[in-house]
Amino acid sequence: MKIMVAVKRVIDYAVKIRVKPDKTGVETQNVKMSMNPFCEIALEEALRIKEAGMASEVVAVSMGPAQCVDTLRTGLAMGADRAIHVDATGPLYPLSVAKLFKALVELEKPGLLILGKQAIDDDCNQTGQMVAGLLGWPQGTFASKVVLDKEKQLATVDREVDGGLETLCMDLPAVITTDLRLNQPRYATLPNIMKAKSKVIKKYTPQELNVEIKSELEVLQVTEPPKRKAGVIVSSVDELIDKLKNEAHVI
Amino acid sequence: MLRLLSISSKSKSNSFRRSSSISSYSFPHLETHLCSPTNSPISSNSSGFPSNQFNSINPAKTPDGYSFSHRFDRNFSYFCSKIGFCKVSSSGYWLNCANLRTCERKGSGVLRVPGSVSGMRSFSSESDRESMEYDVVIVGAGPAGLSAAIRLKQMCIEKGADLSVCVVEKGAEVGAHILSGNVFEPRALDELLPQWKQEEAPISVTVSSDKFWFLTKNRAFSLPCPFDNKGNYVISLSQLVRWMGTKAEELGVEIYPGFAASEILYDAKDTVIGIATNDMGVAKDGSKKEIFQRGVELKGRIMLLAEGCRGSISEKIMKKYNLREKRHAQHQTYALGIKEVWEIEEDKHNPGSVIHTLGWPLDQKTYGGSFLYHLQDRQVAIGLVVALNYQNPFLNPYEEFQKLKHHPAIKPLLEGGSVLQYGARTLNEGGFQSIPYPVFPGGAIIGCSAGFLNVPKIKGTHTAMKSGMLAAEATFGVLQEGLNLETYWDALQNSWIWEELYRARNYRPAFEHGLVPGLAISGVEHYILKGRSPFTLKHGKPDHEATKVARLCSPIQYPKPDGVLSFDVPTSLHRSNTNHEHDQPAHLRLRDPKIPEQVNLPDYAGPESRYCPARVYEYNPDEKSQLKLQINAQNCLHCKACDIKDPKQNIEWTVPEGGGGPGYSVM
Repeated sequence: MKIMVAVKRVIDYAVKIRVKPDKTGVETQNVKMSMNPFCEIALEEALRIKEAGMASEVVAVSMGPAQCVDTLRTGLAMGADRAIHVDATGPLYPLSVAKLFKALVELEKPGLLILGKQAIDDDCNQTGQMVAGLLGWPQGTFASKVVLDKEKQLATVDREVDGGLETLCMDLPAVITTDLRLNQPRYATLPNIMKAKSKVIKKYTPQELNVEIKSELEVLQVTEPPKRKAGVIVSSVDELIDKLKNEAHVI
Repeated sequence: MLRLLSISSKSKSNSFRRSSSISSYSFPHLETHLCSPTNSPISSNSSGFPSNQFNSINPAKTPDGYSFSHRFDRNFSYFCSKIGFCKVSSSGYWLNCANLRTCERKGSGVLRVPGSVSGMRSFSSESDRESMEYDVVIVGAGPAGLSAAIRLKQMCIEKGADLSVCVVEKGAEVGAHILSGNVFEPRALDELLPQWKQEEAPISVTVSSDKFWFLTKNRAFSLPCPFDNKGNYVISLSQLVRWMGTKAEELGVEIYPGFAASEILYDAKDTVIGIATNDMGVAKDGSKKEIFQRGVELKGRIMLLAEGCRGSISEKIMKKYNLREKRHAQHQTYALGIKEVWEIEEDKHNPGSVIHTLGWPLDQKTYGGSFLYHLQDRQVAIGLVVALNYQNPFLNPYEEFQKLKHHPAIKPLLEGGSVLQYGARTLNEGGFQSIPYPVFPGGAIIGCSAGFLNVPKIKGTHTAMKSGMLAAEATFGVLQEGLNLETYWDALQNSWIWEELYRARNYRPAFEHGLVPGLAISGVEHYILKGRSPFTLKHGKPDHEATKVARLCSPIQYPKPDGVLSFDVPTSLHRSNTNHEHDQPAHLRLRDPKIPEQVNLPDYAGPESRYCPARVYEYNPDEKSQLKLQINAQNCLHCKACDIKDPKQNIEWTVPEGGGGPGYSVM
């Protein structure tokens, strides 16, 4: 069984981001980029499934400009066997990404598609669900535990939901999106980074996949959230009630 | 090949089954198993020895390009001979680690000590580490390291040779740990990459004006400018280094960011043959996490150390081979530079404007000054450099910097602007008198690790780059023509680095006597003697000895940050993009854990809680209301100030897991 893993190149989580002066977006020039942390977890899960003998191949996929290849190399260094880069400049919204994945899935025919639950730059949390919908596949999102049964071709997924944990059982092929507590991603070792240089990265364009990237969304403006105002220490309960009523208008 | 340990299943390549019987260790038992040439796998539980991932030895997976060489036979003899050593240290005290560290350095690895000492790393036999071999291994992807790498590859192309060059860098990406003012003199870059302009190096802002001010609390007096920055550029060194990294990779240099060189590898003749990277995935208590990865050995026929000021490996090498004594050099002296990059209002921005100041907020006895450079894109680099031989233990360089920004001549410039990044790093001020003999068996030291900064010019980038280039040429001679690496030393002495540093040698030591005498002597040197002085002034005490005891000095009251121009340390730290994996052993080691509370606090009022620009060191009251030192290693900016300034030299800065530390991009 082949596993396809989606990885996204985002601004590194430790970087302090700032908004571009023209407010069209976040500053990405001269800023450190790395693999989305949830995508790392997804890739780690795929690698573990492969090492347990339940999959034969792990394919990492990334979509975006040419620099995505760096992220794919990291994925290959972690242990993915092959990588696919869909070369697309311009903003890629979840629905476009989902359509591209549908096209790739029809080409590669994986038994399992694992994605991170969301990307840390847009926090959309949509792509996994959209792909499942487009493909008509079952989905196990916010996975904190994944157990595969190879003979019965099932996946049992523990989902982290608001009320606690929900366990779902679904037939393969399926879409799984990973949550934080699923696993801890491995380090890419030096020898593996070296090995990754010779692994294959196949390139596609959206035209080749017959997908039109058209978005119904347009970002008008990006601004920083309003600065937190200093708190006020009140001297009595009456003053607190008065402030809540007359200044904050919450009661 | 003797199998030392076994791995029972191939399931998880990174799994580590921590042996719980480790505390019931028995050496004789171990000795029997290890030194006997049997082929039977030893299970981890019976020997009490941790099993390690072993798929690295699997010969089926050997790729081309590098070899997995384990050198079992050699390691075994080491191992058996060192067992005696390690027995002494099984008591677990860090104090006995002198023995442990000898073990470690000899490459035989330290046997696991019962985990009673917190923060101690566990080591197992180094023979299980993968090994990669190169012709040249360079530690540090900074200006010196990358210049050396680029020059090596250029010479390969010129002379039709093929040398494998590997650069290992502890920062998460090339340029992440690079911080500098920086007014750049392109002299070395012109020699290295003459087409840098066409190749779009991030060097565009020429110096348009050069001012020198003497500050008092409320005023700024213009002094004649001693610098000649015509033809120089105001740049972000982090960006330049990143660009140099891409150039190096284009030439075929292998650069590995995110890997920290932590251990030196020696052969039987005590020649340095390589370095080993940190084990990754070690938990705070020293145990191995699920994602544990053993470090990798990088062996090179020649090693070039380009770690920057007070490089951890370079310091060990200099001590081991007595490199300072070989040349009768003095000790190195240092300064701490704290810098911020601001984005200011358009009408206040003047690209290429360069301002240096002396005087306030520092007093007559403390050497230092500030800089204010205008870059492009409305960005301004502002910083304060404080020499680390300051006497008052109550001095807080970070707070002095915050004070500086409120000066009436500087405040208007920054108002309405916002801080983009913050950072700090120590720099060398020893100059000519402190340059060690830079060649050791197996390699050489280049860049600020040796110390080629020109203090009166306040520039070290061009000399660091030139030293890298000279070392590369010498290395090429060694590897291709069988010459001696001593040619690097000869080349240095015949180069413009030497001439420049020789002429600049008396300026900084002149300030030993105070600000006014210093300025007077500097004036004489510069305008009258023009560098032809017959004498060479000496440095004073080493920085850590210069601190006076607290009762002889008066505490300094610093104003609270206003959140607009001045900030508290956590806010600034957030802007440095510093991050470390929190669940790892603290990389700041105390040689004697009792000294902070017994010496630093009572005698010196805990200076580390003041000079550290990242608030790593804090004295907090414990349950008994006694002040205890708390080390927030995660905040560390890798500036090395603590390693330099600690009065008893008790703090040792060791390298944390690679990929951590600050994330400078425009510094």
